Amino acid sequence: MNRSLESLLQLLGRAPRKPKKDELSPEVQKIYFYKKGEKVTKAQLEALHDEHHKNSKNKWRKRRWLTLIIVNLLFVVSYYFDIQLLEGALTASRFMGFHMADLNSALQVMLAHKQVLINLMIGITTIFILWFILGGRTFCSWGCPYHLLAEWTEKVHLWLAARGLAKNYTFHRGVRTVFYIIFVLLALLTGYTVYEFISPTGILSRALIYGPTLALIWVAFLLLFEIFLSRRAWCRYVCPIGITYGLVGVFSPVRVTYDMTDCKHEGDCRNVCLVPHVLDVTIKNRSTDVEIGIGADCTRCGLCVDACPTNSLNFEFKGLTHKPSKPEVGRSLMPEKKEEQS
Amino acid sequence: MTQATNAKAQKDKPEKNTTSKKPSKKKTINRGPGRRAQEARRQFLRSVALTVGVTSISLVGFIPLKGHADTRLKMRPPGALAEKDYLASCIKCGQCVQVCPVNAIKLDDMDTGFGLGTAYIDAREQACDFSCDGLQCVLACPTGSLTHVLDYPKDTRMGFAKLDKPKICLAVAGKGFKGIVRGLDYDGVLRYEEIDRWNPIPLKDHPYDVEICDLCVQACPIEQRYNQCQEGNYPSGDKNQCPPKRAIALELIEEKNGVRHMKPVVYDGCVGCGVCEMICPTEQAAIVIDCNEVTKMPLSPEYIKKSEGHS
Repeated sequence: MNRSLESLLQLLGRAPRKPKKDELSPEVQKIYFYKKGEKVTKAQLEALHDEHHKNSKNKWRKRRWLTLIIVNLLFVVSYYFDIQLLEGALTASRFMGFHMADLNSALQVMLAHKQVLINLMIGITTIFILWFILGGRTFCSWGCPYHLLAEWTEKVHLWLAARGLAKNYTFHRGVRTVFYIIFVLLALLTGYTVYEFISPTGILSRALIYGPTLALIWVAFLLLFEIFLSRRAWCRYVCPIGITYGLVGVFSPVRVTYDMTDCKHEGDCRNVCLVPHVLDVTIKNRSTDVEIGIGADCTRCGLCVDACPTNSLNFEFKGLTHKPSKPEVGRSLMPEKKEEQS
Repeated sequence: MTQATNAKAQKDKPEKNTTSKKPSKKKTINRGPGRRAQEARRQFLRSVALTVGVTSISLVGFIPLKGHADTRLKMRPPGALAEKDYLASCIKCGQCVQVCPVNAIKLDDMDTGFGLGTAYIDAREQACDFSCDGLQCVLACPTGSLTHVLDYPKDTRMGFAKLDKPKICLAVAGKGFKGIVRGLDYDGVLRYEEIDRWNPIPLKDHPYDVEICDLCVQACPIEQRYNQCQEGNYPSGDKNQCPPKRAIALELIEEKNGVRHMKPVVYDGCVGCGVCEMICPTEQAAIVIDCNEVTKMPLSPEYIKKSEGHS
């Protein structure tokens, strides 16, 4: 429960807290102790990474991109061929006749209209249950078309930044919570769904289905801002949809879990992550337990799972997944025998 | 300014060009306890700027609405709530667009401000001819932005037709019409029940030949329903479909100077579907829909009963 609260506060913008030594479980302390003397070279890490991913490079990214593209194409195909499979757009739709409504759009509409729309409740309930189970922000990385574009332009940003051609100005993460409150208040006070006017998710989804609009210029502007000035700025610092779904997914059984036993703390996971603060536990002496679930702000994109050279990060469906048996590579560095002595 | 922020991105970078020049200078400036605080202050200021910037941009949506928050700039689909409520309740999903059999419904763009993504109808381009009979757009609407109280075309209030340019009206000029309405490049469709009950056909596949132009009267969906009901032949076998009043008729008018001519006269039955505007064969439509005006005809008892149940 405490961890849920902590992950909730992190979602809203609090910086991850460095745990005090006595908060670490004895087992964790022992493992960190043994890791002290351990020197890891880059070559070693690469060898580990190759070993673990020789058959499945970018496994999760491939699956995710495919899912995201299929979901969004389903809307397009359904309308184009009039097969009524998935009607509407990401803001609200019907899947084989069954209502679905984006939670943030529905919230904006109800705040602006000041009515609880009964018809909308079915769609809200469906989507709430779906993302409660699958993990709230899973929507972001597995469904949102802007996320995919931003992921591609992020590569351009990193390429340019490495050459000194682009900057990465950061913002306080709490600013996203401020935006959330602003857009809630604006909808309530003005009676317009103000956020929908600038939501790249809605704009892109509609543009895909109903054809290009002028509003795409705004989306292009956002992408350019992210390329030249701030890495993944919209998803990290602005988008209220992320918070809405983040809140929904706090108790989700689907999540990425971190096992610190074999972790080399080299930080490959944090380098690829959209929300690196959730991976703060992968820094040495930050994990309180041997196995720990990653917080609510995590989009379950799986980039860290793909990047991890030691299989320390994995997807987990609470109560369903069995931990994969650990390969011996990482363990070999652990002096297991000494453990009995201490 | 960016040394801390860029640390991650520059991590892998070989330390040659940047480290040779900058650090020696910056070390002297930035070292000390103030550095972290300085970066935090800058980040805070940037965050404030971002908040102000993005919020301001979102408020740009007000500009196109300035001065007419309560009036419509465009015709809305059947059942649309009053403009302000309509913009508030529409979830911008376009499900109404997808179900319309004549593709009359389109979605607004960013130039309409908060109207972005909301549904409208350009009647001259393609009017709603009620050929779905059951008001599919209303049924599709997930939020009731197109009110679910509405069941029948007769209770729709999309606007009200008026003879905007009597001088170019063919009927007023005593002219007939022969040929293809709106030309071969026009792709609009209408349903002709006598040709195909279920599928609308392109207007260009249905040439007209009339001695005095009365296309607006002929094509009017309300008139068609009214006439069917007069013959005891209820649309979809439902008596409730019957419009209580006529919508439009060609009448002989005598001007003060004694000149007599025909003229399309709009009656209270008109619900503003826009088919007259669409089919008007003159270069510009002589008859158009005013989307901010509606008939004085009261709503049907069925409608009122249902809306009471809803509220």
